Amino acid sequence: MKTDVRTKSSALRFVCRWAALVLLLLGAPLCARADKIGDVSDINILDQAIRFFTFQDPAVRYALIGSMLLGITCGLLGSFLVVRKMALVGDALSHAVLPGVAAAFLWGIARDPAAPKDPLAILVGATIAGLLGTVFVGLIKQTTRLKEDTALGMVLATFFSVGVCLLTMIQRLPSGNKSGLDKFLFGQAAAISAADVQLMAIVTGVAIVVLLLFYKEFLVTSFDAGFARSAGFPTVLIQNALMMLLAFAVVIALQAVGVVLVSAMLITPAAAAYLLTDRMHLMLILAAVFGLVAGSVGAFLSFLGNHLPTGPFMVLGASAVFGGAFLFGPRHGVVARWWRQRSRARRVRRENTLKSIYHVLEQREFQGEGVSLNELAQRRRETIEEAKQQAIELQRYQFATLQEDGDTIFLTPEGWERACSIVRNHRLWELYLTNAANIAVDHVHDDAEKIEHVLGDEVVRQLEKRLDYATKDPHGRLIPSVSDLRKGQSPAERPAEAVGYGRRL
Amino acid sequence: MIAKLETDGQGGPTVRLFNGPPRPIEVSEEVPLEIHDLTVAYHKKPVLWGIDLSVPKGKLVGIVGPNGAGKSTLIKAVMGLVSLSSGWIKIFGLPYKTSRTRVGYVPQRESVDWDFPVNVMDVVLMGRYGHLGLIQRPTRADRDIARESLEKVKMLPFANRQIANLSGGQQQRVFLARALAQESDLYFMDEPFAGVDAATETAIVTLMQELKDRGKTLLVVHHDLPTARNYFDMLLLLNMRVVAFGPTEQVFTHDLLQATYGGRLTILSEVAHEVKQRAT
Repeated sequence: MKTDVRTKSSALRFVCRWAALVLLLLGAPLCARADKIGDVSDINILDQAIRFFTFQDPAVRYALIGSMLLGITCGLLGSFLVVRKMALVGDALSHAVLPGVAAAFLWGIARDPAAPKDPLAILVGATIAGLLGTVFVGLIKQTTRLKEDTALGMVLATFFSVGVCLLTMIQRLPSGNKSGLDKFLFGQAAAISAADVQLMAIVTGVAIVVLLLFYKEFLVTSFDAGFARSAGFPTVLIQNALMMLLAFAVVIALQAVGVVLVSAMLITPAAAAYLLTDRMHLMLILAAVFGLVAGSVGAFLSFLGNHLPTGPFMVLGASAVFGGAFLFGPRHGVVARWWRQRSRARRVRRENTLKSIYHVLEQREFQGEGVSLNELAQRRRETIEEAKQQAIELQRYQFATLQEDGDTIFLTPEGWERACSIVRNHRLWELYLTNAANIAVDHVHDDAEKIEHVLGDEVVRQLEKRLDYATKDPHGRLIPSVSDLRKGQSPAERPAEAVGYGRRL
Repeated sequence: MIAKLETDGQGGPTVRLFNGPPRPIEVSEEVPLEIHDLTVAYHKKPVLWGIDLSVPKGKLVGIVGPNGAGKSTLIKAVMGLVSLSSGWIKIFGLPYKTSRTRVGYVPQRESVDWDFPVNVMDVVLMGRYGHLGLIQRPTRADRDIARESLEKVKMLPFANRQIANLSGGQQQRVFLARALAQESDLYFMDEPFAGVDAATETAIVTLMQELKDRGKTLLVVHHDLPTARNYFDMLLLLNMRVVAFGPTEQVFTHDLLQATYGGRLTILSEVAHEVKQRAT
């Protein structure tokens, strides 16, 4: 237990140190950028951040609110894409909306050439186009032998091409205000208007309310559609509702992220959340938070860089979050896994040293308590320097004390107990393999070398019972038993045959 | 709403069509599952052909047959997961939609993604979802039922475990617990023994016996002939059509098994292939 806590806290310290480093690295280019911004070059980055994130500046207020809302919606709905293994569907859907957007714009020009950008018309047009795309995918899948990924790839490209053609056509129209149209490809948060924010808020609200109310339905149909249908859930209806909401999410994200990258805002925050948790509701919350962070950071960076396209920055923000989850996730993260492996390897090494000390003592029939570094090094086939390092390591874990002159090791009671338990595990396992699994005596040692470090108390107890509390291993050496160990710690109760244990005290 | 199902004063169900007078409908409690002239086709290719079946109450029925015999399809047809080309199915004398809360389902283990972010308790609670209304959340009582179901398959200590960190046998037990939580009278299990350890297999058999003793009816798709003989009261020998259905000792004969697994029926699958060729 003690070592567990120690490993955890040191791992935490380690992660914090790394996180600080990453933040610094991320921050450095920002500082370098700050002086490039034309009209605000005299303000430092911190002031700009404060100005941006406190909603003081009316010019960026809508951009920030909008980016946050779209991040939340994309994170929530994208989570379902990820767990349903439908990430490609998100990609296809986001590309398929483009013709709808262009058509809505055309309609707007015909209606009012001065202000053709009507958010509601765009929402309707884009949703229709997006859903039409998914219908085509379904049709191709059902009527031909082609599989879904092929159908998605084709439909995505076809719809996108139609959209680009329409956009080019609109650009060449002699009349009408075309501002904002070119932003649909790569996104510009600054193009978000008050009316856009209103629509975004409504869509986000609808998405949250629907997911809260029908969480159970979305969960069961995503996990096991067959079972859900057998229990009477309208799986097709729920799937369509999800596609509809996704189309809405794509549309509200379109202004700020752009058609090309919007699917990344659906997938990446959700993927990062997936790595961090094993529960769906936590994944939804995390994905929403990650989406919000990526959205606002993207909008901020775009604002710093004097209105660079927002989409790439948001996506990079989301990717950075994903990278963080991938590297520093507490359970499945690369660093945590590496750390666990490292501490496991070190524990095995400590236990092997303890075992060697036991062997040295056993060889001289437990005469005398101290083991010299020389003896240990010989036994371990190591240099004295390596043996000393191990001794210091044992001392650090209070398994042993190193004498003043630094040459002799004495085990502490804890160290002694640990050494006995490792030797016991080894010899019990050898005995089990020879007796119960009929493996030849000379084959069992190497296996036991590994197994001795993983046997838990419960298994050891079962083994002892199974082997009828045997006292000797297949090679004829005594197995230190738990009861002997206890008895051995009090010299008065030491039975004659409990070799060596009493000498410890 | 065109038709409405109601209960009359005497407790028998009635049906009301187009707001007309309620008419009593026949409910046969003794027949949990009745199938009449059922034909199912995938992509125009028939997989089940003219199935007639009447399963008595309180029986443990094994469905056996070679690969592609339509065993899983039969179950899916009953649950409304595939559409019927012809025929009808009644559960306790009523259409599936009406009596689905009395049906429990254990799908094949491979049919879901075991990396899905849910834990064991979440999955078992899904067994209660069918009894809850839209929007309604599982209550404390539902959780108690889920916990009891887990206890019955000896998986309660794993309630908070993520489902990916379970062995194949444990995953199968979770699916069984979910079906138990459905508290049904008729159970369909699709290959519950596939890829499970011996201990789980014994546990499942014991559990099925217990359910049967409590008057439940179970239909179980099974792959292994030698054990089929010991596990089930009745066998349904299936190969696109019903080869035989009856008590195990009567049906488990050399001739009938030969007819199920042997070559004599391949003509049916040849014709099915032809039908598909003509249709597409």
